[in-house]
Amino acid sequence: MELDNIEKLLEKYFEASTTVAEEEMLKVYFSQEKIPAHLEQYTPLFQYFSNAKKERFTKSVPLQPRKNYYKWISVAAVAVLAFGIYFGLDRHRDYQEQKEAEFVYQETRKALDLLAENFGRGTEKMAYLNQFEKTKQKIYNNN
Amino acid sequence: MRQSEFLNVVMPFKDKLYRLAKRLLVSTEEAEDATQEILLKLWSKNEMIGSYKNVEAFAMTMTKNFCLDRLKSRQAGNLKLVHSNYGETGTPLQKQVEVKDSALWVQKIMVELPEQQKMVLQLRDVEEYDYDEIAEMLDMKPSTVRVALSRARKTVREKLMQKHSYGIG
Repeated sequence: MELDNIEKLLEKYFEASTTVAEEEMLKVYFSQEKIPAHLEQYTPLFQYFSNAKKERFTKSVPLQPRKNYYKWISVAAVAVLAFGIYFGLDRHRDYQEQKEAEFVYQETRKALDLLAENFGRGTEKMAYLNQFEKTKQKIYNNN
Repeated sequence: MRQSEFLNVVMPFKDKLYRLAKRLLVSTEEAEDATQEILLKLWSKNEMIGSYKNVEAFAMTMTKNFCLDRLKSRQAGNLKLVHSNYGETGTPLQKQVEVKDSALWVQKIMVELPEQQKMVLQLRDVEEYDYDEIAEMLDMKPSTVRVALSRARKTVREKLMQKHSYGIG
């Protein structure tokens, strides 16, 4: 490319009025071997810019592990919950049954108690009858 | 969005994020950490990525904000790095890439620029974005971008001239 043109472009470059394409032209121009002496001072600048673009980010980014971790935790939590509910319901049912049985037992016992009490009262009355019988015998014997 | 899709979206510009981070933070390790952090943040918002019209610009803005925050907290913690003394340890790639020692001058000169000019110069001359994109990324007006860019380029030229004529690195 003609020297004239490059000088003009440089001037525009420092006024920040060049386009990206024109800057590309400058970079290409300054990447060649033979640069006129009065422009040589600009070579490091454009070469640096071209080279700086070659630097790469090489570190890996641990994206998946963290994500996976959460996923498995939730799976585990659901499993624990399911087990809990399953066995919990079972135990709850057992408990309910036991309570029911106890209630029935208490009711039966109450009923039997009631019966026993009334039965007792009946025998008490029989004791009077006994007395009557004794007295009756006494009278018979005296006669 | 699944991981493979996410990577397809992110891969093309992850190096750009890294280079911007490195331009601002200077240290390679810090820039790597920052890039990693940004990518993870993006990943955590991956459901929303579809709604951003320009993921790349959004990621660049995130990187800018993240690095500026880092720099601020570094200053607050009195852990200020003296950038101009920072010697690039140089990976094999860089050694091979930096054929001329004078390319390092440009890097050192850029370290001394104000943050905004650093970013504008990086985004324009290294990453070759156009003014509107840079304006969107940095939350500036396109005309302001142009002014900052011109100023940055002239400063670099001036300092480069000094080094060139005195031959000191």
